Amino acid sequence: MLLLNCPCCGVDADETELAAGGEAHLKRETVGAEDEAFEAYLFMRDNPRGVHFERWRHAYGCGKWFLAARDTVTLEVFGTYPAQTKKPPKAIENALKKKRPDWKGWA
Amino acid sequence: MKRYSAFAIAREAARYHTGWERAWRSPEPKTHYDVIIIGAGGHGLATAYYLGKNHGIRNVAIIEKGWLGGGNTGRNTTIIRSNYLQDPSAAIYEKSRSLYETLSQDLNYNIMFSPRGLIMLAQTHHEVRGYQRTAYANALQGVKTEFISPARVKQLVPIMDISGPRYPVLGGLYQARGGTARHDAVAWGYARACSDMGMDVLQKTEVTAVRSEGGTVTGVETSRGIIGCKKLSIVVAGHSGHVAEMAGFRLPIESVALQALVSEPIKPCMDVVVMANTVHGYMSQSDKGEMVIGGGTDGYNNYTQRGSFHHIEETVRALIETFPMISRLKMLRQWGGIVDITGDRSPILSKTPLGNCFINAGWGTGGFKAIPGSGWAMAELVAKGEPGPLAAAFGLDRFREGRFIDESVAAGVAH
Repeated sequence: MLLLNCPCCGVDADETELAAGGEAHLKRETVGAEDEAFEAYLFMRDNPRGVHFERWRHAYGCGKWFLAARDTVTLEVFGTYPAQTKKPPKAIENALKKKRPDWKGWA
Repeated sequence: MKRYSAFAIAREAARYHTGWERAWRSPEPKTHYDVIIIGAGGHGLATAYYLGKNHGIRNVAIIEKGWLGGGNTGRNTTIIRSNYLQDPSAAIYEKSRSLYETLSQDLNYNIMFSPRGLIMLAQTHHEVRGYQRTAYANALQGVKTEFISPARVKQLVPIMDISGPRYPVLGGLYQARGGTARHDAVAWGYARACSDMGMDVLQKTEVTAVRSEGGTVTGVETSRGIIGCKKLSIVVAGHSGHVAEMAGFRLPIESVALQALVSEPIKPCMDVVVMANTVHGYMSQSDKGEMVIGGGTDGYNNYTQRGSFHHIEETVRALIETFPMISRLKMLRQWGGIVDITGDRSPILSKTPLGNCFINAGWGTGGFKAIPGSGWAMAELVAKGEPGPLAAAFGLDRFREGRFIDESVAAGVAH
């Protein structure tokens, strides 16, 4: 069972309490964007085998969205952080570099 | 290749079975092939087979990082059907189903195709309307299905409780020539036929990089050295994103774990395949007597080939309501496979941004039934460089153009 700490309410939540929201930090396109940009926003995904930044919603808890860094192969969670951020916090990036030396880094 | 036949069995019985030869060769890689296919699962092997059979291209290698058919080909619940709503889906899945009918004879390998019939249960009024619509669409597409009454469902599946408290059975979409086949045998049969045509099946050979020159593919780097090719076909299901990254492009695909389980073997009690899409469960009985059960996917990206336990619990809970007699059965085995889910839940058979590199992916939770048709269409795409009528609608460009094949909304969740 996957356990994630909700940074909004502080609860350690089981995956049954959470709803996955897919890849995080996508650039949200709007009216006037080119087809390629919309395609990238709506459909194109990194889908990595390894470190993945993703959105979660504490659906059966506080109801808030948050973000997480997780390994898609081992399911190791490197940390969670508020959704109101443009990129992963430095602490998570540093932890990742230590634990996954071959990680290509934050794009 | 020595043919398998009743005579061969008699001959070998008379000499203590000393004359059987290996079903396929395990050669050393050559330095260059006309076509390299990454992934020796059902789809990759079928692509190779029809490249040789339909298009005369036999200088082909099929490269596999693990063992033959060890991914989703050997992990699915072996359901074969073609009762889809949208025309492009019905065309390719029905082509596939019809190829399954004679595949044992074509390959001279018993794939145990069992067209025992398949019912998709309608358990809400929405589903009744949806499946009636599908039945009419199938009639226009030339796919033989019918919408049947609850009484007929009960007649076909006596062990089913059709008056469940939450989701009573209100009817069903019945495809009499749907069914199952032996999944491993499909991979083995294709591999044997490919090997017989002179193709190289390279197991335990992992692709580590894709080589290109001036925007056109020139070969791959593998754990057994560099292998050149004129054309490259990526057929790696759940690992498509990983290989596409090597080839330098992104895909509209996310990979998740899909689980299945079997019960302990019991006496024959159900001779059709039953799918219940509202409650995410499907079940058939294997020739060994095990109840083969599949459910929904995990909700988040992962490559664990294991899956979350609560999904199995949800599936079993739902099926027990519909089949009360299975409530005392013990679970024998549970496993997971990594399925590649596209943005519109339909597959991709397409050219890619890299020249002479093609991709066959996104079959998601329903790839096994599509193996022969997918291989047929993919072989045409690789051989000619342009998609034929079966593959035309499944190009990567549909996501940019908004030209989706929306079976997810049309057919429910399970494929």
